[in-house]
Amino acid sequence: MCLSIPAKIIEIKDDTATVEIGGNHYSAGLQMLDDVNPGDYVLLHAGFAIQKISDQQARETLELLREMGDLS
Amino acid sequence: MKYMDEYRDRKLIDNLVGQITKRASRPYTFMEVCGGHTMAIHKFGIPSLLPGGIRLKSGPGCPVCVTAKTYIDRAITYARMPDVIVCTYGDLLRVPGSRGSLYDQRAKGSDIRMVYSLLEALRVAREHPNRRVVFLGIGFETTAPGSAVGILQADRERLSNFFVLSSHKLMPPAMDAIAEDGVAIDGYLCPGHVSTITGSAMYRHIAEDYGLACVVSGFEPSDILQSLLMLIVQLEAQQPKVEIQYKRAVRPEGNIKARNFMDQVFVPRDDWWRGLGELKNSGLAIRKEYQHHDAEYAMPVEVTTQEEDHGCICGEVLKGHSEPTDCPLFASACNPVHPIGACMVSSEGACQAFYKYKRYE
Ligand code: SF4
Repeated sequence: MCLSIPAKIIEIKDDTATVEIGGNHYSAGLQMLDDVNPGDYVLLHAGFAIQKISDQQARETLELLREMGDLS
Repeated sequence: MKYMDEYRDRKLIDNLVGQITKRASRPYTFMEVCGGHTMAIHKFGIPSLLPGGIRLKSGPGCPVCVTAKTYIDRAITYARMPDVIVCTYGDLLRVPGSRGSLYDQRAKGSDIRMVYSLLEALRVAREHPNRRVVFLGIGFETTAPGSAVGILQADRERLSNFFVLSSHKLMPPAMDAIAEDGVAIDGYLCPGHVSTITGSAMYRHIAEDYGLACVVSGFEPSDILQSLLMLIVQLEAQQPKVEIQYKRAVRPEGNIKARNFMDQVFVPRDDWWRGLGELKNSGLAIRKEYQHHDAEYAMPVEVTTQEEDHGCICGEVLKGHSEPTDCPLFASACNPVHPIGACMVSSEGACQAFYKYKRYE
C-alpha cells in the first residue's frame, strides 16, 4: 500500500507520464510534480508520481556509505 | 533496478553491521512505523544481521491493519446496492468485516473491482454514468494527496456518480500515542514515503518532547541499516533529533504541491485505529466544498458492527506490545490463506511478514 517504486519517465502527455519499471510500462499522474522530464526518475505510488528522485542525493548517500566502510 | 540494486550491495551491508556493532554500547529497541519497512526488514532478513542487543518492533503504519471493521462493513453495505460499483486497492479485499470480507461479498455477485490507482476508479465512473462508483480511500499521507487530486478531477468533470469513502489517516498522532503509551522504544525509524509528502519537521516534537531519536529511512537494506546506525549515533551522543537518511526522495519541506492538494480537499478529524483506539485529529474527512463526492455524506447508510475479534491480538501487535508469534492463532488457525486478523491480510502487516519470511521457525 505505502510502497513506492523508482520509475523512469519515458514520455509525458499533459499531466500523465508513461513510466518504466523493470521493463514494464505504467501510467503515472504528474499532478503533484513540477518540472519533470523524460529520463527523470520519480517515485511511483498508487498511480501517481509523488516525488522526483534526486540523483545527486542518491550518489552522495552511496559515497557516504562506502566511505564508512573504508574508515572501519 | 536503478536506485534499488546499489543499496543491496553485500559489502556495504557488512560494513554497516560492523559499524552498528561497534557503536552501540548498550541494547536498543527501535520501532519501524511504516508497513513498507516491516516488509523490507523481514524480506532482507535484517533482524538476523543485527547484533543481539538491537531489536526492532513493528508499529501502526499498515493502513489496512489499522482500518476499522465498521469501514469494511460500510463498504460491503454499499457493494450490496445494485447500482453501486465499489473500487478498492487489492489489499483491502480480504480484510474481515463483521460479516465477511469484500472478497466474500464479491463471490455473492456484488460488483467489487480491484484498482491500482484512484485514476482507474475515475475511469470506471466515466464509463458507467448510470451507476454510482464508490472508491475506498485508505492510506496515510502518501496516498491521501492522490485521493485529493482524484476528487478535484471528479469535481471539474462534474462526475456526479463518483464518491470516495475516506479512511485516510495521519501518521504523527499514532506515533505520539505510542510514545504516550510508554512502549519501551529508544527511537523511530520514520516512514520514508509518508515523509516524501510531509517533510521531516512534523517529527521534531517527538524528539524534543519524548527524547526519542528519529531517522527518516529508505527501504533498501543499506538504507535501513544506515538509519539504524544514525539512530544509535544520536543516542550514544545523547542528542535525539530528526535526521533524514532517505535524502534521494525526502526533502525537509516535503512535497508542498501534494500537501496543498491534501489541505484543499481534506480536513483533520478524530479517527479510530485498531490497537490505539480513537486519536484526536488523526484522520482525514472530505471538506464540505466537496461533500457531493463524499460517500459518507452523499450516500448515508446504517451499519452495525460486531467488534469481537476471535482471539486476534492484532491491536497489541500494532502498538508494539506483542509480537505476532505471541498470538496463539499465529500460523495455526491464522495464516495468509485464512487470515483471522487484518495484520495477516495485508502484505505490509507484521503477522504476514513474520509468516512469509518464516520468522517463527
Ligand atoms: S496471527 Fe492472525 S489472529 Fe493472531 S494477531 Fe496476527 S492477524 Fe491476529
